[in-house]
Amino acid sequence: MREIVLEQMERLLAEEAGVALLRRVEAGEWPAALWARAEELGLPLALVPEEAGGVGLAWADAAAMWQVLGRHAAPLPLGEAMLANALLAAAGLAPASGFVTLGTNAAPFGRHAAAVLRHDRGRLALHLPGSHAPQANIAREPRDRLTPGAMIAEGRLPPAWGGRAARLGLALLRAALISGAAARALALAVEWANTRSQFGRPIGRFQAVQQSLAVAAGEVAAVDVAVATAARALDARGMEGAAFEIACAKVMAGEAAQLVAAHAHQAFAAIGITEEHALHHLTRRMWAWRDEAGSAVTWATEIGREALERGGANLWADLTARDG
Amino acid sequence: MRFDVPEIPAGAAALRAELRAFLAEAGRDWTPAVRARSWMGFDRAFSREVGARGWIGMVWPREYGGQARSGLERAVVLEEMLAAGAPVGAHWIADRQSGPLLLRLGREEQKRRLLPAIARGELAFCIGLSEPEAGSDLAALRTRAERVRGGWKLNGRKIWTTFAHLSDYMIALVRTSPPPEGGSRHLGLSQFLVDLRASGISIRPIRDLLGEESFNEVTFDEVLLPEEALLGREGAGWAQATSELAFERSGPDRILSSFPALAEGMDALRDAPGAAPVLGRLVARLATLRQMSLSLAAMLERGEDPAREAALLKDLGNSFEQALPEALRGLLDPEEMPPGLRALLDDLVQLSPTFSLRGGTREILRGIIARDLGLR
Repeated sequence: MREIVLEQMERLLAEEAGVALLRRVEAGEWPAALWARAEELGLPLALVPEEAGGVGLAWADAAAMWQVLGRHAAPLPLGEAMLANALLAAAGLAPASGFVTLGTNAAPFGRHAAAVLRHDRGRLALHLPGSHAPQANIAREPRDRLTPGAMIAEGRLPPAWGGRAARLGLALLRAALISGAAARALALAVEWANTRSQFGRPIGRFQAVQQSLAVAAGEVAAVDVAVATAARALDARGMEGAAFEIACAKVMAGEAAQLVAAHAHQAFAAIGITEEHALHHLTRRMWAWRDEAGSAVTWATEIGREALERGGANLWADLTARDG
Repeated sequence: MRFDVPEIPAGAAALRAELRAFLAEAGRDWTPAVRARSWMGFDRAFSREVGARGWIGMVWPREYGGQARSGLERAVVLEEMLAAGAPVGAHWIADRQSGPLLLRLGREEQKRRLLPAIARGELAFCIGLSEPEAGSDLAALRTRAERVRGGWKLNGRKIWTTFAHLSDYMIALVRTSPPPEGGSRHLGLSQFLVDLRASGISIRPIRDLLGEESFNEVTFDEVLLPEEALLGREGAGWAQATSELAFERSGPDRILSSFPALAEGMDALRDAPGAAPVLGRLVARLATLRQMSLSLAAMLERGEDPAREAALLKDLGNSFEQALPEALRGLLDPEEMPPGLRALLDDLVQLSPTFSLRGGTREILRGIIARDLGLR
C-alpha cells in the first residue's frame, strides 16, 4: 500500500506542482486543482483507519509521504490535513470534508480552510472558519491568525496520545518536510555543480565543492534516518511515547536545514538567490519549517533537561532502552 | 545511499544486561585515562576475559570458535564496551576486520588455528596499510613481496601501524607485481598474513603527542613468508582490502569515542548555564548516528557491501566525536570541572585529531561521498 501511495504522490506532484504553482501559492492562491486531485486519491485521509473510511496507513508511511511532499516544496498543506484527520479519527470524530487547518495562531493555509481543528490537552474542537488576519512565514506560506466560527464537533483523544499530540505531530511533519526539501536542494546543487563550468571544467570537479556538498549529503542522510526512527517509534509507542524521537528528528532537521541550505546556496552562487530560480522555494521553506512546531533549541532543551535530570548513569541505558 | 532503520533482535536487552553486569565489575578501577582511550587501550588480560564470555568473533561459525550470533547482537556488544570506555584494543581490530577477512579468504588450516585463538582474546592483529610515501594515496605503497622457493620474500616499510609492537600478526597490503603499463595502480597488490615474530622484522614504536607509544614503524628486511601467507588471490589485494572498509568504518567505534565524557558531563554540568540545549543537541545527534550504525550492521549482516554508507557515517561520527569535548568545555571553565571530567576532556582533546585521520581521513571519506553523489 505504501509504495502505491508514494507513487501516486510522486506522480501527482510531478504533474501538478512546480515553480509556477509555488509562486502562485506564495502570492496567496489556493492550489485548488492539486488539492482536488489529492482528495480524489484519498490522500488527506491516509492516516485515518480503514474502518473510519480512510486509507489506514502507518505513521512510517505518512512520514515517507511527507518527505515526498517536501521534495516538491509542499505547495499544498496535505501534511496538516492528514494530521488533523488522524486526530479527529482518534477521537472518534468523522474526518472533515475539505481542508482542515490546525490551530488558530499561525494556522497553516488558515485563510483557505473549510474547518479549524483546535487541540488543547487532549481535547479537540472542530470549528467553522470564522474570520482571519493574513500572516505568512518567511517562505510566504500562509500562516494566518484565525478567529474561529461556530464549533461543529468536539471530542477527546485517548490518553495514550498525551496532551500535546498536535504539536508533536506537527514537529514530525516539519522534520519530514525538511528532510525531503533538503534532499531535493542537494540534488539540484549536484546537478548544477556538474553543469556549471569555471576555470575550464565543471565546478563539481573541484575538491572544495565536492567536500562542501559531501557535508550536505551527510546531513541529508542523518535527518532521513532521524525522521524514519521517529515515525517508527510513533507507530510502536504512540504520540507521547515517541516524544524523544520526534524531538531528535526536529533537532536534526533544524541543523540539516541550516547546513544544507548554506551549502546548496554556496554551490549555486548568485544565480541561486535570484527570484526566478527554483532553489529558494526549497531553502526558504527549510528555514521557515525549522522554526515551526518548536525550533532545534526548544526540542534540544527538552531532551537535555530530561537527560540532566536522569543523570549520567542512566544516559546510555535510557538511549538503548528505546530500541525495542 | 539508503539507511533502513533496523529491527533490534529480541534478546538484545538481556545481552545488554549481561554486558553491563560484566563491565560494572571489570571496570570498577578504570581511570578516566583508560576510559578516554577505550579502543586505543591495549589490555590482553581484559580481552581474554571478554573472549571467555564468547564476545569476540561472536558472529563466526562455532567450528572456528565463534558463537554464530547475529551482526546486530555483535553491535550490542561493541556499543556496550565503548559506552563504558572499556580497553578493548587488544582484540578490537581482529574482531572487526582481520578475523572476518581470514574467515573469508584464509586457508582451512589458518582458520582452525587462528580464529579460535582470536575468539579467546589471545591473538592481537594490526593492519599494515600506510607507508612513508603512501598515506591517503594508498596505492602508492612500495613494500613488495617476491616469489621465492617455498614462499615469499618481503621488503619495505609500513608506518603509523597501530599496536604493531604489541600484536601477534599483521595483515599487510603489499605489491606483488608492478602496475601494468598505463593500467590501474590498484592491480598487482596482494594481502599477506605476517607473523610478527618472523626474522627480519623490526618494529619501532613512534611516540605520539600524548607521550605514548601506540603506533609504529615496521621494517621488513628480507623477511621470508611461507606460501600460505598469501591471503586470497595474488593481485586482488586492493579489492580485498577495500571490501574490509565497510567493516572498518561502519561501527560504533566511529561515533562513541567521546561518549564517556558525555555521560560524565550529565552529572558535572547540571548547573552550568545553558547546558540543556547544548547537551540535548549532542544526545539527539548521538541517537541518530546510533541508528545509522545499527542500520549498517544490518546491511553487513545481509551480506551487502555498504562501503559508501560507511564512509558517510564515519565522517558524521568523527565530526560528532570531535565536537563533543569542545561543546562540554564550552559550558564550564575546565578549571571549575570535577577532576574526573577534566581528565577525560584533557585526554580527548589530545586524542581527537586522530578521530578524523584513522581508518580514512575526512577528505578521503568526503571524496567517496562526492563520487556517490555523482560529482567528480
